[in-house]
Amino acid sequence: MSRRTLEYEVSRTPELGMDFRTRDGLLSPTELPEPELGSENMLINIGPQHPATHGVLRLVLELDGETVVRCVPHIGYLHSSFEKLGEYRDWNQIVTLTDRIDYLAPLIYNCAYVMAVEKMMGVEVTERCKVVRVICMELDRIFSHLLWLGTWAIDVGAFTPFLYAFQERERVYRLHDAYTGARITTSATRIGGMMADLPPGWTEGVREFVNTLPRTLDEIETLLSTNGIHLGRTLGVGVISGKDAINSGLSGPNLRASGVPYDLRKDRPYYDYESYDFEVPIGEHGDCYDRYLVRLEEMRQSCHLLHQALDRLPDGPINVDDPRVVLPSKTDCMDDMESMIHHFKLVMEGVKAPVGESYFPIEGSKGELGMYVVSDGGSKPVRWRIRPPSFVNLSVISKLVEGSLLADVIVVNASLDIVLGEIDR
Amino acid sequence: MSELVRSPGVGPASVEHPAIIPLRERFGDAVIRHEIVAGDEHVVFVDPAAILKILQWLKESPDQRYDFLSDVTAVDYGGGRPIQVVYQLFSMPHCRALRVKAELPLSQLEIDSVVPLWDTANWLEREVYDMFGISFRGHPDPRRILMPEDYGEGHPLRKDFPLRGRFSRAEQTRQALAGAPEDHLPVESGTGGEPRIVPWQEIHAAAQVPADESDD
Repeated sequence: MSRRTLEYEVSRTPELGMDFRTRDGLLSPTELPEPELGSENMLINIGPQHPATHGVLRLVLELDGETVVRCVPHIGYLHSSFEKLGEYRDWNQIVTLTDRIDYLAPLIYNCAYVMAVEKMMGVEVTERCKVVRVICMELDRIFSHLLWLGTWAIDVGAFTPFLYAFQERERVYRLHDAYTGARITTSATRIGGMMADLPPGWTEGVREFVNTLPRTLDEIETLLSTNGIHLGRTLGVGVISGKDAINSGLSGPNLRASGVPYDLRKDRPYYDYESYDFEVPIGEHGDCYDRYLVRLEEMRQSCHLLHQALDRLPDGPINVDDPRVVLPSKTDCMDDMESMIHHFKLVMEGVKAPVGESYFPIEGSKGELGMYVVSDGGSKPVRWRIRPPSFVNLSVISKLVEGSLLADVIVVNASLDIVLGEIDR
Repeated sequence: MSELVRSPGVGPASVEHPAIIPLRERFGDAVIRHEIVAGDEHVVFVDPAAILKILQWLKESPDQRYDFLSDVTAVDYGGGRPIQVVYQLFSMPHCRALRVKAELPLSQLEIDSVVPLWDTANWLEREVYDMFGISFRGHPDPRRILMPEDYGEGHPLRKDFPLRGRFSRAEQTRQALAGAPEDHLPVESGTGGEPRIVPWQEIHAAAQVPADESDD
């Protein structure tokens, strides 16, 4: 390890004590001839407590000068064993675990989980519920991308977009709060429906948000898209080809930035996404700048989708009319013996899923979010597996940063849009 | 029974998947059985000894082209039953999904790694090893990934692993205090070679300023 030695020429005058002025009057370091320059690489540790790692991620970097020779990520600092906890909970109780996994897009996780269980059980939710879930998922896609946009801007050295993005996020928080009573831990879904129907005025709130968000996005785009510093730090940085991206399992905006038009909403549509009119933005170069552009455009497309979903939101019940998965109404419990028995069984034993399994992938904000549920006929899962998009996306970081500069590591890490709660689960 | 809830159940396949007949023709007895679950999801059970060959064929055969490995995971049903390793495949060119399963008896939790086929499998297989104790032959970096590397209580997602761990909280604290985490500090050093565990003392020594160079 080479060290640069600094030496100051200090003259001592007894009257004035120590005088640190050099002979020229300026305090200038003189460099000693370095004895022998070793060529040993240096190890640098980033994290697990570091603002630019977006959570408790630890990266061990081996540097040759400023060039990254090797990058080894260490994860698991936030491991909460959600999958194991799920095996000890009823099917419906697991919903509260799902929004703690990705706390940046909790409603998408709520929906993804119950959709997998419903598919396994063969429950077909009502039309209204489908559209409400689409609204929830698209709203949280924007919610998650806004956080990404703000922190991304900070990581490339711009502060203002962070404030703009978080101001908009606050409005989504309020919408969460108005609907579910919680800002982050929404737990909004239940098997067979939602926790409650939408409160009065909520859809107007969403519409107002969707109407005004594009203006903020325009402002942020003005600040970033043609900004010289932003371009200089992101163009051609962290490039991955489409072929490599598929082989590495990248999904979501990261994959699409590499030019692969794979979006589960289009390719394996669920909840009538095929009947909505929206476009899937695709990048060309697979670098950090394209990932930025893709996410920015995705927010606009989500606004577009939200408008359509709000327009088509049908009336009718939000929960399926089936007492074996959804609690009967209180009046029915009082009047009807059968309903009372169902109520009792549901509360005491929980929903019982028949023997079976299902892997249900949806397009989460970070990529392909798959929930794999296995039931042995009981009221608790045998296995509940989350296919974590951030986990798989992060695994390519070594490949992306090797050979680039140390400063690029922060930008590449920010461009992947990871959330450690989901990586460590 | 209401019509809204119907049990798809697990039964013999009634609709053939485009991959099943060619798989049977090509690999014969290595393809054990085929099921349809949850209505339209196809599952193929294969011989674990042939997993690498079968997945390679599924990935490379022009009629199949399962180029995207969504997920690798495992399912432990408990009660001494074999542990299933589950591969979720997706073919982007043909827009088709297929689930491949291999059942491993508890006495021999070992299967070929598919990292040579998909880089995705690297971390996913490490997680399966970490959580279920299945070792993957030929994996380039077979370490734990989520649990600490010196975690000595076993593999948490196995059914025989109690929810709160094998030891009491007091015992866990005692062990944590008695252990020397420095001995297990996983720092990768050296250039390019295999990752190895470097003793903390070595790193500490490297970080120290030698006495003769220190400025005073």
